[in-house]
Amino acid sequence: MSTTHMNTHSAHDEHHDHEPAPYNVFGFWLYLMTDCLLFASVFATYAVLFMNTAGGVSGKDIFELDFVLVETAALLISSITYGFALLCAHNKNKGGTLAWLLVTFAMGVVFISMEIYEFHHLIVAGHGPQTSAFLTAFFTLVGTHGLHVTAGLIWMFIMMVEVAKTGLGGRTITRLSCLSLFWHFLDVIWICVFTVVYLMGKV
Amino acid sequence: MSNHSSEANSHGSVGSYVTGFVLSVILTAIPFWMVMTHAFDNETTYISIVALAIVQIFVHLKYFLHLNFSENGKLDTYSFLFALMIIVMVVALSVWIIYASNAMMM
Repeated sequence: MSTTHMNTHSAHDEHHDHEPAPYNVFGFWLYLMTDCLLFASVFATYAVLFMNTAGGVSGKDIFELDFVLVETAALLISSITYGFALLCAHNKNKGGTLAWLLVTFAMGVVFISMEIYEFHHLIVAGHGPQTSAFLTAFFTLVGTHGLHVTAGLIWMFIMMVEVAKTGLGGRTITRLSCLSLFWHFLDVIWICVFTVVYLMGKV
Repeated sequence: MSNHSSEANSHGSVGSYVTGFVLSVILTAIPFWMVMTHAFDNETTYISIVALAIVQIFVHLKYFLHLNFSENGKLDTYSFLFALMIIVMVVALSVWIIYASNAMMM
């Protein structure tokens, strides 16, 4: 452990505008682990409540899998395009980074717009979160994920401005690395959402 | 120099991102196809989609989040395994408790 420390310190002077600061990214990873626990409790709530439909609609009646498949595709594509953005950033390719970030941002916007459309559609049809325990749990779970994606989009917009204005310094790379973890982490959560909520609800 | 190459591994390459993406497209398409076509009976479908989701999560952890057991990456992996243990306890035990109490109230 002590040698690791010394290496990091001596490497720091030579590389400080090149490699992401390892402890900053690790700290952000620990935050994501606590975020996992937030999602775990919301998933547990959904698993406990999804059968309590209070005589109203169940998942079978309201979920449209074609729609969810397109949402999933948008999020999956945004994952690989963010990977390309990060690779460009490590290669100091500013134009490439900005272009891939823009594609990722657009895919994220497609996803979140579709989710808002779905929520709006359900509420207008009289299946709002106040209707039954199932719908409360559904809106909480999917909405929490959607809020995270929205936060990721705001962050990504700020990063695009930062990259455009200040280029790809060490601090910017560290921030892009943290956003990469956040964005890919949301994709992992979405895998759980479409499996547990949409697919299992529709079997 | 060796330190530098392991650092390069930890943020992947075009090849590893494409591998991860292709695998996750396949692992997404199969469960959607199974549920949308009702090709199998319910029990097979449930077990398959859960198994495929778990595989896909590990694909994402490896290819997109770059979890590994290298000198630089193992702390991330250990903290994830700890979080995973808590997640399993929170979800599995809540479900167990509530379903058992439901069964007793019937």
